[in-house]
Amino acid sequence: MVDAYIFLERLRDLLYSLLEQRDRARESGLEVIPLREAVPLVKYGFISMFKGGVIMDVTSDKQAEIAEDAGAVGVMVLDKLPYDVRMAGGVARTADLRVIESVMNTITIPVSAKCRIGHSEEARLLEEIGVDLIDESEVLTPVDEKAHIDKWAFKTPFVNGARNLPEALRRIYEGASMIRTKGEPGTGNVAEAVKHMKLVNRDIAMLRGHYLRGDYEAIWVYSKENSVPYELTLLTARLGRLPVVNFAAGGIATPADAALMMWLGADGVFVGSGIFKSSDPEARARAIVLATSFYDDPEAVVEAQKMVSEKQAMMGIDIRSLKPEQLMQVRGV
Amino acid sequence: MRVGVLALQGDFLEHAEILRELGVEAVYVKKPGDLAGIDALIIPGGESTTIGNLISARNLGEPIAELARSGVPIMGTCAGAILLARKIVDRVVGETKQYRLGLMDIGVVRNAFGRQRNSFTARISLEGVGEVSAAFIRAPAIVEAWGGARILGYIDHPVAGRVGVAAQQGSMLALSFHPEIAGDRRIYSYFLDLARR
Repeated sequence: MVDAYIFLERLRDLLYSLLEQRDRARESGLEVIPLREAVPLVKYGFISMFKGGVIMDVTSDKQAEIAEDAGAVGVMVLDKLPYDVRMAGGVARTADLRVIESVMNTITIPVSAKCRIGHSEEARLLEEIGVDLIDESEVLTPVDEKAHIDKWAFKTPFVNGARNLPEALRRIYEGASMIRTKGEPGTGNVAEAVKHMKLVNRDIAMLRGHYLRGDYEAIWVYSKENSVPYELTLLTARLGRLPVVNFAAGGIATPADAALMMWLGADGVFVGSGIFKSSDPEARARAIVLATSFYDDPEAVVEAQKMVSEKQAMMGIDIRSLKPEQLMQVRGV
Repeated sequence: MRVGVLALQGDFLEHAEILRELGVEAVYVKKPGDLAGIDALIIPGGESTTIGNLISARNLGEPIAELARSGVPIMGTCAGAILLARKIVDRVVGETKQYRLGLMDIGVVRNAFGRQRNSFTARISLEGVGEVSAAFIRAPAIVEAWGGARILGYIDHPVAGRVGVAAQQGSMLALSFHPEIAGDRRIYSYFLDLARR
């Protein structure tokens, strides 16, 4: 063993001498640092620019323009809105690449698109055409029951769904730059989104308590029981929040729904079917943007809620009326 | 000293964190009344169209312009720099009709270095500030400055060529990158010095 200690000590000496040389080179102006593209810092940094904003599902250039004009921070291009995916049945796949490219050439805000869970080739195609964010999404039909995509291998940031903290941390460990609590998409019913956000909050509060008491063993037990890395669990406990940006999704249909999710600690919201399955999409999109940014200002949320009419909201689906096999949230845990 | 951070959308939290680390009081600005009594204002990164829409919807444009006229320093980073510019062009779709504050005599090109996969970090040198680390995220380039505005630093980019990344006009600063993401304090010291003058 002593050999190993001596080896490690030499390794440490070597590391420090390299660092010293680097510092000397930097001071003398010899070091040339090239541009570093797509490093983790700019992936996480990009996502932090979304905070306080709304990303809207769209299926055409026309809808993308409405979303941009209404003040969306980004759009998600799909072949069908989640509500229509439910109605259509069959296998749901990534959207038509020509439609995605056309949206990219029409609007100036970031363009995201979904690939199937585990379908790294669909993700590669999306990266190749240049989408800004890839959603490995349970709204599409999963192709791998066991594993998600290795997201560290991509230059493009990924967002993944999660119903609770362990799912979220597993996705972050796989390289997700952003989390969205799943909810139950395409239902117009925000109940599941609330449930998932509260589950995440509950575990974070518990871990934070362990951390403040210095009970690292409890943090270790939590990570072991939930198959998540200890370091990531400890980081979450120290921060008292998810280590990446978290948007709420699944069933948000009104300005008040969006404000509610912000109160529960979401950094922003995804709105899917809620806007373009309503009969007042322009006003509703604008109102949801206002309510998300000003969730803590009741006057502004009232103003936002008055911009839309409940008579024109999308028809909701009660989750209890769905059969277990119709639930999307249980895909890819 | 109190520094306001426009907190409608974007990474206002990161700016506030750095200000607090530097021992400066940071206040979030969401409505005109929040501008009272601040010594400087930061307009953060985010989506310039979103922030512009919300500035316009909440009638914040004129109070911010009034602040600028009275000489209170304003710094815009990325989306914030776009909002300060008088001329805005997008690399893909061309001239944009988006809302702007238009307080600085500069022209910017949005998404000048490409899409998100082309976002990068680099070290750049700025006149009066020195060398700083910078994160360029779907960043704009400052391609012209006239009137009272002056470009403070450039980057040599393999695709975009040599373009401006920072500009100053009186006590206003426009940066096409994110010091709040790369964690660089020097640019803040420079900005806070403008406020102390």
